[in-house]
Amino acid sequence: MTVKDTMTQDTMLEIRNMKRDYELPGGLFKPKKIVHAVKGVSFSLERGKTLAIVGESGCGKSTLARMITFIDEPTSGDLMIEGKKVDTRPGHLTQEMRQKVQIVFQNPYGSLNPRQKIGDVLGEPLAINTDMPASERRDRANEMLKKVGLGPEHYNRYPHMFSGGQRQRIAIARALMMNPKLLVLDEPVSALDLSVQAQVLNLLADLQDEFGLTYVFISHDLSVVRYIADEVMVMYFGEAVEYGTRDEVFSDPKHEYTRTLFKATPKADVDSIRERVAKKKAGKAA
Amino acid sequence: MALLQIDNLTVEFQTSTGWFKAVNGVSISVDEGEVLAIVGESGSGKSVAMLAVMGLLPWTAKITADRMLFQGRDMQSIGAAERRKLIGKDIAMIFQEPVASLNPCFTVGFQIEEVLRIHLGLDKKARRARAIELFTQVGLPNPAERLNSFPHQMSGGQCQRVMIAIAIACNPKLLIADEPTTALDVTIQKQILDLIMDLQIKTGMGLIMITHDMGVVAETADRVVVQYKGRKMEEADVLSLFENPQSNYTKALLAALPENATGDRLTTVSDFFDGNPEPAPEARA
Repeated sequence: MTVKDTMTQDTMLEIRNMKRDYELPGGLFKPKKIVHAVKGVSFSLERGKTLAIVGESGCGKSTLARMITFIDEPTSGDLMIEGKKVDTRPGHLTQEMRQKVQIVFQNPYGSLNPRQKIGDVLGEPLAINTDMPASERRDRANEMLKKVGLGPEHYNRYPHMFSGGQRQRIAIARALMMNPKLLVLDEPVSALDLSVQAQVLNLLADLQDEFGLTYVFISHDLSVVRYIADEVMVMYFGEAVEYGTRDEVFSDPKHEYTRTLFKATPKADVDSIRERVAKKKAGKAA
Repeated sequence: MALLQIDNLTVEFQTSTGWFKAVNGVSISVDEGEVLAIVGESGSGKSVAMLAVMGLLPWTAKITADRMLFQGRDMQSIGAAERRKLIGKDIAMIFQEPVASLNPCFTVGFQIEEVLRIHLGLDKKARRARAIELFTQVGLPNPAERLNSFPHQMSGGQCQRVMIAIAIACNPKLLIADEPTTALDVTIQKQILDLIMDLQIKTGMGLIMITHDMGVVAETADRVVVQYKGRKMEEADVLSLFENPQSNYTKALLAALPENATGDRLTTVSDFFDGNPEPAPEARA
């Protein structure tokens, strides 16, 4: 299968053989060292679908997210959005392209400016990218607050007045202000409690339906991935070791690492607990 | 007699709007050789309750309890010097952030030998031998060389192994593990949990596992206490908790697990639960 064949009208995002090397500067007697953070990853993603990228820390999944959102420039490889090749060199990106792709970061405590009111957080992308009058920006911000389950009363508050789940909603609202087509979510729920995590995941599903968003969802939590993803890619040391639809990957993992990952995930169903308790009892008796 | 018995523990902190009850009338007991999991969201007071037992809370905290006994000894009236002899020897704790809880200025060898010197009074040679033995026990490769490493030279998983080695150095009767794997990857989490459970079975120590992860509870606990907003919502053995949860909050927590999703939407806690902690139902045996 060549990459050409996979391109259809509905392809939102496609990356081909994308690589990123980081250079560690050498010292007087130490030679330069090159770290291959991402070693040639390719995938294509249809409009309105969710691709989940799974892997342990240091496997290059966040580097990939940064490249897709143009924060980091790939060393080599092509990035195509809606069938158009994007020139990722600094200074060559169009404003339109930047607006199409937005990112939500992992830690909602670190990604909001503590000295900025929520209204200004949401209004800022509009103020920078459009010449919308202030009153309209305000309306749009209030509208978006409502969409993510907050209210106009939150407009004048500061980030420290919000809980983690609410902050993540604000970060999502900010990312949606420019009406993006593609949203990259870098571990959006891993800093949240279980009950709040469910609310944010539901919100993401609702927003995807409403705005026809395409998600690249980065996570290390397989139970979340199983719930939210259409397609799954498993990364290991900068390489995509497994890539397929959710059912393919979960029912029949091909790579050794994927199997290790599944085995390591704690099981919370009653049967496995019963098995474990029985095993422990047997061990004690012996 | 229970190894650790706490009756009606309340911990309060003074805030600008009056006293805030971080822990509100919680009773917990652990037997020897038992694994108790305390599960709850952030802010549910699960760590604070254990810090109160260890005496690690700042003096501004107001701690009251009807009883707080460790091996029959009263932990409330105990003096500071007495407590220092107990903490780290008979009661040990593993913290959430392994890299942050080791001292960056000293080698890990120094830090583990410090425990052996103070609590067991071993001489230099014996300390070294015991440290190597402990590092081997927690599965660190090249233990003798590892002793000379600084925390920043090791990965998160390795640092957590060092923390565990320090905690079990004096064969504690009770080990408190406060979110021991939250900062770690799934594959490393599995290794660390297996290690802790192995040690627990081998040494027969009591283990309190503080966590917010239902998966970790399912994989480790004998008995579970569910806490919410400083109150105990439910106490049950692990199987009946998952099979037949009694309190609405526990039901809501289990339903919010993504693997239990039915259909398109995840049930959220608010679907079941109005946020008001109900009085804890009587503990089931």
